[in-house]
Amino acid sequence: MAEHSEKVPTVVADGVDIVYRVNGTGAGRGSATAALNRILRRKQAEQAAGVRRVHAVKNVSFTAYRGEAIGLIGTNGSGKSTLLKAVAGLLPVENGHIYTDGQPSLLGVNAALMNDLTGERNVYLGGLAMGMSREQVKERYQDIVDFSGINEKGDFITLPMRTYSSGMAARLRFSIAAAKDHDVLLIDEALATGDRSFQKRSEARIRELRQHAGTVFLVSHNNKSIRDTCERVLWLERGELRMDGPTEDVMKEYEAFTGDKNDRTDKKPAPKKPAAKAPTTQPDAPKVPLPS
Amino acid sequence: MSQVLHTPPPTQAPADDDLAALAARHGLSVSGARPTLPEYVGQLWARRHFISAFATAKLTAQYSQAKLGQVWQVMNPLLNAAVYYFIFGVLLNTKHNVPDYVPFLVTGVFIWTFTQSSIMAGTRAISGNLGLVRALHFPRAALPISFALQQLQQLLFSMAALVVILLAFGVPVAASWLLAVPALVLQFTFNAGVSMIVARMGAKTPDIAQLMPFLLRTWMYVSGVMWSIDKITKGDDLPHLVTLLLQLNPAAVYIDLMRFALIDSFHAHQLPPHVWAAATGWALLAGVGGFIYFWKAEETYGRG
Repeated sequence: MAEHSEKVPTVVADGVDIVYRVNGTGAGRGSATAALNRILRRKQAEQAAGVRRVHAVKNVSFTAYRGEAIGLIGTNGSGKSTLLKAVAGLLPVENGHIYTDGQPSLLGVNAALMNDLTGERNVYLGGLAMGMSREQVKERYQDIVDFSGINEKGDFITLPMRTYSSGMAARLRFSIAAAKDHDVLLIDEALATGDRSFQKRSEARIRELRQHAGTVFLVSHNNKSIRDTCERVLWLERGELRMDGPTEDVMKEYEAFTGDKNDRTDKKPAPKKPAAKAPTTQPDAPKVPLPS
Repeated sequence: MSQVLHTPPPTQAPADDDLAALAARHGLSVSGARPTLPEYVGQLWARRHFISAFATAKLTAQYSQAKLGQVWQVMNPLLNAAVYYFIFGVLLNTKHNVPDYVPFLVTGVFIWTFTQSSIMAGTRAISGNLGLVRALHFPRAALPISFALQQLQQLLFSMAALVVILLAFGVPVAASWLLAVPALVLQFTFNAGVSMIVARMGAKTPDIAQLMPFLLRTWMYVSGVMWSIDKITKGDDLPHLVTLLLQLNPAAVYIDLMRFALIDSFHAHQLPPHVWAAATGWALLAGVGGFIYFWKAEETYGRG
């Protein structure tokens, strides 16, 4: 990495450690006594009292600059989503600091939506939850519904969301989440939803969001969408930053590490975004099955 | 995962000072830091539409699978009142001491339920919505306030049922009914404040939610929901301290205020002394104190 002295940083992570504490793993002797221990001797004996410490992110430092799109890769459970949440300020860090320009936002409103409500009310609720004003939601309402394509097969937006198929619900969620412009945008496995035509539309929307946003972070197990969207990649493995560099360099190492290399060199010796390849033909599919 | 990784990060990690200085030079702020109290109030005000929309959505979602749908909003409190009437009015025969026993009891049950369910919802406001807390940015106080607001909306449905009951039992419509509005505002402030206190406690120690029903049930039985406090405090057989505690109990204060407002046979002399001062004092104490207490831990909510 060269010196970026004239570039404007938007996210600076400085020696970040993130630790989860999990109660009730029964690591102590007999979980009831362990629980009692935990209450009586709060600070001294966390370890002895059956609280497991999961060190999810270890001493990670990086600087992201305005206009960059950064991919986050790593095998399941390597701390990608955790790091993203900490950048968004949603998880406290144990050590170190994360400095940001403005308020980074996670692309995701799933948790604010309610399955028992109609799609229409969920659009409003989700928009308000993301911090849009009532007027903004009203203004964007039609765009959101059109983008989701929910009403292409009839008037579904006035039905409760629990009646939607999983694909339809995922499309509506993405449409609501993508309706707002952000300074720093964090995307966690959002591109894998919906059918092929919806995926194309959402990739275009992500590119559009990137132009508005200062910086975009993308977590994905889909190597193709990382290559399509990002010019820089951070590779996390077991919570440690294993590599940070231009997409091609890091992806090559990563694919060698996950054992994709053979499949990949068979099919495409020059990994130069073959647009015809749909994600279903991704050779890494069996290797990295689920979004974390 | 069994393979051992040797992972010296190949990036030449710059010294800590450099990164911190770089951040400071470009005016970056620490992510997820707690805002100042005035900023926090401002953020909360900016999210007022979310707070009300979230409360209404929760309320509507509650009965959306039922055949009778929103009718349950009114049916639920009515059935509740019927059960209490059956137990305390018919089986235990408490009613002989109190005129207009059914309106007296039902008012008590509804007003108590408002406080009780606000506090219960408050204990789970953060711990039960971790998904939301970990996905979106908003002042976390929006959650306990929103749950208290949901209970207020629920209470308004109950009040509609209560008006029907009052009229059916021959309680006349009076100007004093208007006193119900300030009483409700004060009670809502109190409830929201206590919700925020238990929300912070429940976020740190989820076990509070297991303990709370017992505390609340005990509190209910000393709050004069089914019996009249003044009947007990009038006698000289109680120590002064107990009398004072019974009279200053915030739940009893709000319940008796509402009875005084709505029921013509519930007279002013049955109210605890300085009842409006007590009602306002509790509302301010819990509302302001609870808000500050909750804000103090703002940046820690959502930790696993």
